[in-house]
Amino acid sequence: MDMGEAIILAGSAIGAGLAMIAGIGPGIGEGYAVGKACEAIARQPEASGAVTRTMFVGCAVAESTGIYGLIIALLLIFLKPFT
Amino acid sequence: MAIMALPAFLQGSTELSVTGPKVVTSFRIFGLTINLTETVLLEWIVMAVIIGLSIFLTRGLKVKAVSKRQVIAEMAVEAITNLVSDTMGKRWLAFTPYIATVFCFSIFGSLISLLGFRAVTSDFSVLLTWALMTFILITATKIRFGGVGGYLKGFAEPIPVMLPINILSEIATPTAMALRHFGNIAGGSIIMGLIYFGLTGLSHMLHLQVPVLTIGIPAVLSLYFDLFSDFMQAFIFIMLTMVFISNAGPADDEATSAA
Repeated sequence: MDMGEAIILAGSAIGAGLAMIAGIGPGIGEGYAVGKACEAIARQPEASGAVTRTMFVGCAVAESTGIYGLIIALLLIFLKPFT
Repeated sequence: MAIMALPAFLQGSTELSVTGPKVVTSFRIFGLTINLTETVLLEWIVMAVIIGLSIFLTRGLKVKAVSKRQVIAEMAVEAITNLVSDTMGKRWLAFTPYIATVFCFSIFGSLISLLGFRAVTSDFSVLLTWALMTFILITATKIRFGGVGGYLKGFAEPIPVMLPINILSEIATPTAMALRHFGNIAGGSIIMGLIYFGLTGLSHMLHLQVPVLTIGIPAVLSLYFDLFSDFMQAFIFIMLTMVFISNAGPADDEATSAA
């Protein structure tokens, strides 16, 4: 392995790690959403079905930014697009 | 090297490779090379299973003295009908068969990985196909209720400056739906692969010839990464499909209050 390739591999690995910082946002956001859903269910237990459903859809939408980070990380580690 | 003497299936996963679906065979039609991949074959199996199950469950339907089979079929149909009418409203019930089909296909396509195959839904082209079907339905609904002129005018609302942003968000809808499902399933299967690989290496470090550590421990994680995540993603996919389609039509008090 020559020097250039080694630098590219190292850069890809570091980049993959940096891409996963994207996990922070959805983590905080989903935690907040679930917390609010718990409050809502505690206040109105009869609406738990609708609240849970809405919460899951909201969580899924919030999660997509984290998933984009994950996909970039997977591309960098396994497909190595720059080598 | 006592490890080499063991049969291959007892050695555990000694190497980690992440590739796309294998190409089983390829043939040429009109100068185009068409690859018949693993995914396509598994999709045919999933289709056969779903069709067979539907035929089996709905054979000999009766009004009185129903069989156990019929009760199961009725429960499934009722559950999905209630979900659609709760989320979209009663006037969109015509979409129930499509929603139910996508849900079944997604569930069975993901759960096939429990049998040791590659999950159908860890191939991006499958998810992109489903997302494009939903996108076509959304566009068709918009044109049906607003006409072609109304559909095109919708891009320049509320102000014409928003045109590029509206076009971008229109493209982002199917892309995000497909990427979300794909990322969850493919990411989960890669994480499970890493866990098996790591536990195999760990048991070899502890001088265990058969990777005993891979028995039982990954099952706990598989509960989340395979079962829960599969059900969740199928559910979320159909929920988003329903929400987007019902939002494409005009606002209706009865429909919106039910959701």
